[in-house]
Amino acid sequence: MLVRQRQASAARPGAGLSMHRRRAQLPFLLATLIPLGLVWGSFWLYPLLNGLWGSVTDWRGFVMEQPFVGLQNYIDLANDALFVRSLQNSLLFTLMYVPLALALALGVALLVEASGKLRPLFRMLYFMPFITSVTATALIWAWLYQPSFGLFNQVLALLGLPEQRFLRSPTQALPAIVGYQLWKELGFNMVLFIAGLGAIDRSYYEAARVDGANRWQIFWRITLPLLQPTVVLLLVTNLIWSLQVFGPIFIMSSSAVNEPPGGPLNATITVAVYQWQMAFRQLRLGYGAAVGTVVFVITLIVTLLQWRLLRRDWDY
Amino acid sequence: MIYPASQRPPKRPYLLWGVLALGALIMVAPFYWTLISSFKSPDELRLFPPTWWPQRPTLEHWRSLANLQFGSFVDFFRNSLIVVVSQTFGVLLLCAMAGYVFAKFNFRGRNALFWIVLAMLMIPPNFLIIPLYALIVDLNWTNTLTALIVPGLFYPLGIFLMRQSIGAIPNELLDAARIDGASEFAIFFRVVLPLSTAALAALGIFHFIGEWDNLLWPLVVIDDPALYTIPLGLAQFRGRFGTAIGPVAAGSMVAVLPVLLVYLLAQRQFIEGVTQSGLKG
Repeated sequence: MLVRQRQASAARPGAGLSMHRRRAQLPFLLATLIPLGLVWGSFWLYPLLNGLWGSVTDWRGFVMEQPFVGLQNYIDLANDALFVRSLQNSLLFTLMYVPLALALALGVALLVEASGKLRPLFRMLYFMPFITSVTATALIWAWLYQPSFGLFNQVLALLGLPEQRFLRSPTQALPAIVGYQLWKELGFNMVLFIAGLGAIDRSYYEAARVDGANRWQIFWRITLPLLQPTVVLLLVTNLIWSLQVFGPIFIMSSSAVNEPPGGPLNATITVAVYQWQMAFRQLRLGYGAAVGTVVFVITLIVTLLQWRLLRRDWDY
Repeated sequence: MIYPASQRPPKRPYLLWGVLALGALIMVAPFYWTLISSFKSPDELRLFPPTWWPQRPTLEHWRSLANLQFGSFVDFFRNSLIVVVSQTFGVLLLCAMAGYVFAKFNFRGRNALFWIVLAMLMIPPNFLIIPLYALIVDLNWTNTLTALIVPGLFYPLGIFLMRQSIGAIPNELLDAARIDGASEFAIFFRVVLPLSTAALAALGIFHFIGEWDNLLWPLVVIDDPALYTIPLGLAQFRGRFGTAIGPVAAGSMVAVLPVLLVYLLAQRQFIEGVTQSGLKG
């Protein structure tokens, strides 16, 4: 996903007049790097180091002392049933969401690509939920999922089907939020698949046609393999996003005003929600930082794995 | 591309259009449902079977947003606008300047600095929240809009995107301006920025929709209702469905409609902006 350093830029333009030019460029260089460095140092580097350090201390809100406790926070985490539960929920959420999201988005992208002159219209409509607010749409969906007067239950009633409890049911709550997330993020994955499809050289299709391949064979033997970089990219992006999902759960999982998020019966508590509760409800900042570090490490592993996968040459 | 190149797709694939229209209905229905509900009277909201169009449209829920028990949407809207607009302008300026420096300047340590910027993309935002909150407390910035604006000004993805786009500007163009005696500031504002409008628009849109929607950070640093942003104000509705469906619907529309209107006007830039940022992020 990241950069291929362009070797071209190493061929320095006008190396002869570089002394003079460097002097002329200095004010602009400083005007850029000083504010940038200040914001980066204060709001990225310092918190980054402070967070890593905090995770090995007993750091609490509004308490001055911050005693070093070594790996105690991590040991406590391993024995913390609620943390383990939150990790399981995050993984479960990811395992339900990511494969469905990619399959759905690829399917829709293929159909939209084939829809001729209505293509711009469909692309616009399917992309719409992605640009709108998570908070607002999650509230809307929580309301649609309501027992008895929610739209989904009203539709079920009109069809003569039994009422479902959706977000209030410990077994249905997490899948219900996955359903929302599929709707919300479909547009993003779809446009990236459309971009990927557009990048496939048409001559591959021509060649396959000459060989007498049918649509199905063309999809499995040509389209899908050539889409592999897009698939890997989306796999990792969606994986990282869904491991950190916070907003939809925070909004959708409380059924009463002061009920903490993550219910019912901790069925929807994810690591991000758990981290928020530890740090900002119980003010156990060090413990929360340790949760953050665990997620950070998982994310890092996933990212490095993606780099390895993408470094292979896709040679067909 | 489900059609092989040989079989030209039919001019009017009605079956395909039907399937896609059904899916599109699901994508759009929640917005429609919320919009009409925001104009229904409380009695009509409780009707079964539901009405598909408000029988006696009323503005009462929209009016109620101005004084809810937890604040006023007039304040929320103003706060969101101040935060998002000022931050987006700051981000665009800083990213463009940094992009220009990283793409076109030669100085010792340039590549190392750029790799540091890229490495920041790997830090999950949730990780920084706790130490960042502690810093905001130390700075005495809790319950200020500054706390919402300033930390986000360093935006690594934006720096990367602007470096890519400015890197494509031919050096001859910049050299010509230099020979005419223009300073780097003049070149930046008169040559580089005008040639980067497409990238700036894409980045601006991408940043704007993300920030307009930011819930977690305001939730952590703001608890004065006069300083709530729209997502934070909306979040107060969670768990109140029993009593406040009308205001929930109207409030959600306040968050959704401005973005939706701009989207309908400039959908191509939206989609391309997200595609580019997504591909490179």
